[in-house]
Amino acid sequence: MVEPVLAVSDLKKHYPVRRGLLRRHAGTVFAVDGVSFSIAPGETLGLVGESGCGKSTVARTVMRLVEPTSGTIRLDGTDITALGKTALRPYRRRMQIIFQDPFSSLNPRMTAGDIVREPITFHRLAAGKAADQRVAELFEQVGLRPGQMRLYPHQFSGGQRQRISIARALALDPALIVGDEPVSALDVSIQAQVINLMMDLQRAKGLSYLFIAHDLAVVEHIAHRVAVMYLGRIVEMAPKLELYRAPKHPYTQALLAAVPVPNPTLKRRRQVLDGDVPSPMNPPPGCTFHTRCPLAQAQCRAEIPALRNLGGNHVVACHLA
Amino acid sequence: MSETDTYEAELVRAGARAEGRLARALFYARQYPLGAVGAVIMLVIVFAALFADVVAPQSPFSTNPALSLARPGSAHLMGADFMGRDIMSRVVHGARISLAVGIFSTLIGGFFGVLIGVASGYIGGWFDLVVQRITDIMQALPLLVLALVMSAALGPSLPNTIIAISIPLIPYVSRVIRANTLALREQAYVEAAHAIGLPEWRIALRHILPNTLAPLIVIATAQLGSTILTEASLSFLGLGVPEPHPSWGRMLSESAAEYMRTAPWLVIFPGLAISLAVFGTNMLGDALRDILDPRQRG
Repeated sequence: MVEPVLAVSDLKKHYPVRRGLLRRHAGTVFAVDGVSFSIAPGETLGLVGESGCGKSTVARTVMRLVEPTSGTIRLDGTDITALGKTALRPYRRRMQIIFQDPFSSLNPRMTAGDIVREPITFHRLAAGKAADQRVAELFEQVGLRPGQMRLYPHQFSGGQRQRISIARALALDPALIVGDEPVSALDVSIQAQVINLMMDLQRAKGLSYLFIAHDLAVVEHIAHRVAVMYLGRIVEMAPKLELYRAPKHPYTQALLAAVPVPNPTLKRRRQVLDGDVPSPMNPPPGCTFHTRCPLAQAQCRAEIPALRNLGGNHVVACHLA
Repeated sequence: MSETDTYEAELVRAGARAEGRLARALFYARQYPLGAVGAVIMLVIVFAALFADVVAPQSPFSTNPALSLARPGSAHLMGADFMGRDIMSRVVHGARISLAVGIFSTLIGGFFGVLIGVASGYIGGWFDLVVQRITDIMQALPLLVLALVMSAALGPSLPNTIIAISIPLIPYVSRVIRANTLALREQAYVEAAHAIGLPEWRIALRHILPNTLAPLIVIATAQLGSTILTEASLSFLGLGVPEPHPSWGRMLSESAAEYMRTAPWLVIFPGLAISLAVFGTNMLGDALRDILDPRQRG
């Protein structure tokens, strides 16, 4: 088997909550609570879940922008979990990130060209004319004109800014790009363009993606495998077709049932989830989903379900599946 | 993409990309008429300060008992004070002192304020806590007491006045810049810079500092005006620039009580100079803030 580009095992990120003058420890937010997955070269893993389920924390922890509480992150087989800033720097070239908000992800006082050039010159991949040449190449690869290098971010549209972010991420020629809801802030028509661009780049460069979204339809298009997160844990992970055809976890089933179908005559049996996501500060005992699960039984309230492999790379954390 | 093209083309037509600085300045002057007025006022004051010896009709120090409290007239356009010194010459020479005090104290206060503000906001943690408490102490010290202590220790002089005025500026500037830094460091582009692996100092320098420029220009220009006023009050108390150097503030305050009714020109002309300088810096500052912000620019 090919060595995965990224292998995350039992990743946890707990935030202490401190209150009052003496900063007493008042509780813990279990933002990410034991997440494991791996991504093969050239593969896209889609990570979906509701707001606040820990998707973005996974992205930031994998990128070592946030320190994990425990667990390991392996990049090309090397454990990078505990590397210091300087030791980590060479590995930064192997993984890059694209953010959701195209308006805050680019420094308004740098030109688009300077934004893309910065990683190249900092990592000494090129300098002077050669760096300019490289930036121009990257602009062309993401569908921008090299002439736009001297423009400032505010002169671009949302979709174009996201292309600049992609160019900046590609500048270091990484093996893995983490997309933290890279298209969620864009118009639907622009979403399709950006996603197609990302897929073209994947084919051309053999990139791996960790693609985070809250929209199953978007993920269905780009991902090879999909992981569903709920309250800091992966509840189901399977190859795309398998997951969309035969979802096993009641939460995945509910999410899929909520995807709008563009056919008004189609009558569907709606499976609407009641209530809200419980607070990650005080997750329910047993299966964290039991408070909203239509099928919950006594066992679900007492025992935490482990991720079980149902065969064919389909894993699910449910007692009843 | 075509959107940017037309926008660019539009700006080129409007003259934003026209060759030559003059064309560019004229373009901005049309866009910001009040800023242009401010710029003209400041140019006049700077010109007066630089070429005071040529512009002033006579020496600001020569006294003439016969001319005591002379009315404004053809010989003395702004009249003369009780010592018979030509007020116009004193106002022109006063521009030097006011500008020196305003510019240097704003520069010193702004420099240290930005340094401390960015460091405090970006480093955070206990460093931030300690720096902010020191800032509290500095803000609790009244300016006049500070200046009093300083001039008592060092003697009243122009450099000491500048230092005394710049020190209270530091906590004020650093507070604003710190708040700005706290907001900026949460921006996604700062996270992207971390993802690239840039060291902290470089992120602070390249991604935080330039983005504090807009609030800094607003503070600096607003303060430029108020430092001129502070210098006036210090001079009134005898703590500012000593006699016989002409300071607008002292010219105004010395004569305000005694001569306002009998010889109002002693009060009006220095007062007008102060008002114009403050107005000019504020208008110019507002326009500069907009022009220097790339979001406002073509």
